[in-house]
Amino acid sequence: MAGQPRGNILIDTEECKGCGLCVESCPPECLELRPELNAYGVHAAHYSGDGCTGCGICFYCCPEPGAITVYRLAPPTKPLVQGESHAAAL
Amino acid sequence: MSTDSKADVKESEILAAGYQVSHSKSPVFYDTYERKDELQHQTHYCPGCGHGIAHKLIAEALADLGLQDKTIFVSPVGCSVFAYYYFDVGNVQLAHGRAPAGATGIKRARPDKIVISYQGDGDLAAIGTAEIIHAANRGEKITVFFLNNAIYGMTGGQMAPTTLVGQKSTTSPWGRRPVNEGFPLHMAELISTLEAPVYVERVALSDNKNIMKARKAVRRALEIQRDGIGFSFVEILSPCPTIWAKDPVEARKWVAEKMIPVFPLNVFRDRKHEPVENAVIPIRPIPEVLEISSTQGGTAALVLPGEPSSPKHTHHFQEFAIKIAGFGGQGVLLLGQLLTEMGMREGLEVSWLPSYGPEMRSGSAHCHVCLSKERIGSPLISHPDVLVAMNELSLRKFAPQVAPGGLILYNQARLPQDFQLPQARVICIPASEMADKLGSTKATNIILMGALLEETECLLAATAEEVLQTKIKKVEMMEINRKALAAGREFIDHYVRVGAVSQPDGFAY
Repeated sequence: MAGQPRGNILIDTEECKGCGLCVESCPPECLELRPELNAYGVHAAHYSGDGCTGCGICFYCCPEPGAITVYRLAPPTKPLVQGESHAAAL
Repeated sequence: MSTDSKADVKESEILAAGYQVSHSKSPVFYDTYERKDELQHQTHYCPGCGHGIAHKLIAEALADLGLQDKTIFVSPVGCSVFAYYYFDVGNVQLAHGRAPAGATGIKRARPDKIVISYQGDGDLAAIGTAEIIHAANRGEKITVFFLNNAIYGMTGGQMAPTTLVGQKSTTSPWGRRPVNEGFPLHMAELISTLEAPVYVERVALSDNKNIMKARKAVRRALEIQRDGIGFSFVEILSPCPTIWAKDPVEARKWVAEKMIPVFPLNVFRDRKHEPVENAVIPIRPIPEVLEISSTQGGTAALVLPGEPSSPKHTHHFQEFAIKIAGFGGQGVLLLGQLLTEMGMREGLEVSWLPSYGPEMRSGSAHCHVCLSKERIGSPLISHPDVLVAMNELSLRKFAPQVAPGGLILYNQARLPQDFQLPQARVICIPASEMADKLGSTKATNIILMGALLEETECLLAATAEEVLQTKIKKVEMMEINRKALAAGREFIDHYVRVGAVSQPDGFAY
């Protein structure tokens, strides 16, 4: 999975009020407002699909409790305990 | 979490791609908000409002510190009045500005709980200035989150005490002028001048960095309460895009550019440990409080706390409530004080609550006396077991309040002609005339006390004599009072039959 972004974001289009604070805050600038309106007439925020680092800044800048969920790439499973089965890694 | 059907990505796909949730809606929030029938999936706050961010920081800290189940959240008046629809914790909503006062009561009654007062600047810094200053000065072990947005938001943009100089509002349309409206109130600085507060910090929701600082401050304030150290106060500069007429991003910048220079961000106080001296309430033995020696008086029914000897009087009640009412000067309040002191000597919990007008003589006065075997919750008595009515006015006013099956002692030979007999028994005693014959009408209250003790047997007459002995210095007055006490008791024994109800004609049938 090389090249897969470290983070991912899901934005609840219905809970988002389109304030744009997450778009402004996102360090890698990977969020944007959707061009189309949602059911409540706002341009909800949206992850462009690339570049998320999973830093969580957008989560803290968003005033809605559950509009943003941030994901991080699970650390690769470590089958080895250092030292003991060092040979197996080779 | 429900996502729009139009969403390009589903949660299951993200998880399948090897991602784990790192930040999501806190379990401290309810799943849906039942304030209204519609829009239950989002808060009522405007887009870009600082309240939502502050709520999330508090919710996250409560969840991380494991405090959700022991938190009592006090909502204010203002935009955040509905916080109780969002936080899945214990919730109380209080009158405008009074949150710290209510939080004080809650925390003192339940010191093991985490009590949070969440207030805006109109609530805390205007109508509630007295409450916050005194709660802070008393060092109540509560946490106050103060959301300062320099304006009244919910009511539509009036000037607040925190409004900046020159800032326009509906009540300062040409901008706030110090010459007319004064200067912005710096609450964090004010509170940090007091000795008691342990933690005072001002943070801002102005940009990523400051929001993360606010997150730390919120957590620190709650940790201080969790550890029982003392009063913690966090002022949070917060954007109000709607009233400031700015878009959310601009509003956030306005906090940074305009508010922070006026309200500098700082940790004003962060004390690690509370000074512990005087932290324990001194409990003094009753004889010391009453200034009597425990050996004094052989007839004393004095019971010392923790003393194994059985009291000489078995009180046949769990709680006994007496209301005494009459004209000021009739000894209404004094009679109540005597009864409470007697109760103390007999080892009971007691309370005495006086009520009288500004005139100390001839106005109407009454007092509530509560005798109890357990700690008394409230000294206020709504339905007394006994009413001592020392005049007609008091009889008419308070007789309907007497508990069914209760007793009324009325200071007259007979009831007024048109008086409807209430649900209680009435005993008429011409106590004033009797006292006059004994040498002083001042002893009226003591005659009624004698009658009260004889009829209800709530306390011992011997204790009454002891208390009178300590209060009355003149020998001749003591003699009159002793006779008065005896006369009251004798009246019950000889003139009133058991279970008798006095009739308007003065006879008991």
